[in-house]
Amino acid sequence: MLEIRNLHARIVDDGTEIIRGLNLTVKAGEVAAIMGPNGSGKSTLSYILAGREDYEVTEGDILYNGRSILEMDPAERATSGIFLAFQYPMEIPGVATMEFLKVAMNEQRKARGEEPLKIPEFLKRVKDAAALLDMDMAMLKRPLNVGFSGGEKKRAEILQMKLLEPKLCVLDETDSGLDIDALKIVSEGVNALRAPDRAIVIITHYQRLLQYIVPDSVHVLYRGQVVKSGDKSLALDLEANGYAGVIGQAA
Amino acid sequence: MNIHTTPQRTPAETALIDAFSDRLSLLPGDGTVMLKRDDAIEAIKSGLPTRRIESWHYTDLRRLLTSVPDFDTAAAPKAIAPVVEGSAVLPVLNGVSSAKMPEIEGIAVQRLSEKLTDGSIAPGLDLYGADDAIGALNMAFVADGYFVDIADGTELDKPIELQNLQAGGQTHVRLSVRVGVGAKAVIVERQAGEGAALVSSVSQLLLDEGAEVMWLIVQEQPDTATHLAQFKAHLGKNAKLTLFVMNAGGKLVRQEIVVRTTGEGADFTLRGINLLAGDTHTDVTMVLDHAVPHTASTEVIRNVVTGRARGVFQGRINVHQYAQKTNAKMACNTLLLSDDGEFSTKPELEIFADDVVCGHGATVTEIDHSHLFYLMARGIDEKAARGLLVKAFVAEVIEELDDEAIVEALETRLDGWFAAHG
Repeated sequence: MLEIRNLHARIVDDGTEIIRGLNLTVKAGEVAAIMGPNGSGKSTLSYILAGREDYEVTEGDILYNGRSILEMDPAERATSGIFLAFQYPMEIPGVATMEFLKVAMNEQRKARGEEPLKIPEFLKRVKDAAALLDMDMAMLKRPLNVGFSGGEKKRAEILQMKLLEPKLCVLDETDSGLDIDALKIVSEGVNALRAPDRAIVIITHYQRLLQYIVPDSVHVLYRGQVVKSGDKSLALDLEANGYAGVIGQAA
Repeated sequence: MNIHTTPQRTPAETALIDAFSDRLSLLPGDGTVMLKRDDAIEAIKSGLPTRRIESWHYTDLRRLLTSVPDFDTAAAPKAIAPVVEGSAVLPVLNGVSSAKMPEIEGIAVQRLSEKLTDGSIAPGLDLYGADDAIGALNMAFVADGYFVDIADGTELDKPIELQNLQAGGQTHVRLSVRVGVGAKAVIVERQAGEGAALVSSVSQLLLDEGAEVMWLIVQEQPDTATHLAQFKAHLGKNAKLTLFVMNAGGKLVRQEIVVRTTGEGADFTLRGINLLAGDTHTDVTMVLDHAVPHTASTEVIRNVVTGRARGVFQGRINVHQYAQKTNAKMACNTLLLSDDGEFSTKPELEIFADDVVCGHGATVTEIDHSHLFYLMARGIDEKAARGLLVKAFVAEVIEELDDEAIVEALETRLDGWFAAHG
C-alpha cells in the first residue's frame, strides 16, 4: 500500500537534509512501527507523507497504492485516504469542532462522489465515535482543540481518524502526553481500525504504545534512514538495550 | 500687502451648501436648533476635513467625498427582517421615522422630528470637538430619527432594532436612547440600503446608574454608499456597555465611537469587525475618555482586508488625571488577504493619572500556514480551508458576545458577506 523509495528530503527554509535515502514498504493490513531516537526524522517523515510544504523531496518517491503522491497537495492526499494523527494537533480558535468535522467529512465524501451526510446521520456517527473514545460531547462544542488537554487532543485526533475512515493511518507520537487510562482507550480506538484493507504506521519513541497496539513490523529510523527492520521483538530489544546497539551496527 | 484667497470648494462641498439652502425651509427645529444648524453649515463652508486635521489623517474626507447625491423624497427602501428574530423594529425609511410606535412596557418612543421641532433635543446636538465634521453635517441636515427612553428597572426580553434604511439620495438621522437606572437592553443599530446614498447617522446613548446595554451596529451599505456615522455614549456609575460594530459594506465609511465613563465602576467593551473588500475605504475612529476613577474598558478590533480595500482604526484612550485605577486594554488585529489591500492602525493613549493599567497591541498577519495545513490534511481543499480560517478569525469576536441568539444572528450576517466576497 505504501512504498517509500530512496527518499531524500530537506527543510525548504534552510536546506537541511533530514531524510537521507529512506526505504520502507507497508502492506495493506499491516501495522508498522517506526521507532528511533530524537532527531532521527520520524516526525519529518509523517509531515512529508501528509504533504506539508515546509519540506521538499529532492530525490526518490512515495508510492501509495502504486501511484506517486508527491504532486498531490495535503487535501488531495487526505481525500485519497491518507490520514496523519498529529503529534501536536493545532489549536484553531474560532473554528467550531463540530463544524470542522462536518466540513471535513463532507469534503472527503464529495471528493469520492458521495452525497453529503444528513445532519442526524452525522451527529450519530460523531456521538458513537466519541462514546468509544470516552469523549464528552460538550468538548466538541468548543473551538477546534482550543483548551483541550494534551490527552484530549490526542483523542480528538483518533476521533477524526475514526470518522474519516482513512486507508493509510500515520500516527505521530500519539502516545506522548497520554496517561495510562487514556493510552488504553486510544489504543483500543486504533486497534478497532485494524482491517485487511488498511495500513497503520505508528511513529513512536517508546515501546509503551506497542504493548497495546501490537505491530506486525518494526523499523528503526536513524539519521533519515531505516537502519534496521524486524518484527515486534525488535521493539522489545530496543526497550531493553536502547538505540545504541542498533545505531552502532548501522554506523 | 494683503493676499485675498477665495476658498476653492470641492463639488461635494458646493453640493452640501446648496442643498442646505434648498432644504432649510423643510428642516424641523425651534430657534435654538435652527441656530445650531446655521453654525454647522458654517463649519462645512470652511471646508471638509483633510489629512492635515490629525483625526482625519487617514481619511481625507475632502478628497474622498467626490460627489454628493441630491435628496430623493421618492426613494422607498424595502423593509427588511431584523438581525435577531423577534426584535421590536423601529424603522427610519429614507430618513423618515414611522408614526406607528410599538407598544412595549417600560419604553417610550418619540419621533425625533418632534424633539427637533420643540427644541428639547437641542442640548444633545452639540459637537464633541472642532474636528467633528460628521456631527456638523448631521446637525445641519438632521430631520428625523427616534428618541427612545427605557424606564428605570426595565429589563427587555427581546432586542430593539433601530433600522436606518436608505434607497439612494441623502439621509441624515439621529437615534437617541436613554437607558434608566438598572435597566437592561439589547439594541441593534442597522445601517443598510441600496443606491449611491450619502448617509449621516448619529447615535446617542445615555446609560444611567447600573444600566446594562449591548449595542450592536450592523452596517451593510452597498458599495456605492457613503456612510458617515457616529456613536456617542455616556456611562454612568456601574453602567456596563458592550458595543459591537460590524462594518460589512459601504464605499466610504467612517464610524466614530465617542465614549465617556462618567461614573465610577463603569465598564466599556468594544468589539469590532471590519470586513473590507473591493475598492472601498472604511475608518473606525474611537475616542474614549476615562473621566472618573475605577473604570474599565477593553477594545478588540478584527479586520479582514481583500481586494483594494483600505481600512483604518484609530483608538484614542484619554485617562484623566483623577481617573486612578483605570484598566484599559486595546487590540487591533488584521488579516491581510491581498497585496493591494491596506490597513492603518493608530493607537493613542493619553494618560494623566499615575495608577492605571493600560495597554494596546496591533498585529497584521496572513493566514497561519500550519492551521491551513492542518485543515487540508483532513481533506478540506485549500479554498474552503482558507474560508474557514478567515471566518474563524472574526467569528471569535462574535462568539465572545456569549448570547446564543445574537451570536447565531451575527454569524448569519458573516456568512452572507463571505458568500458574496469569499
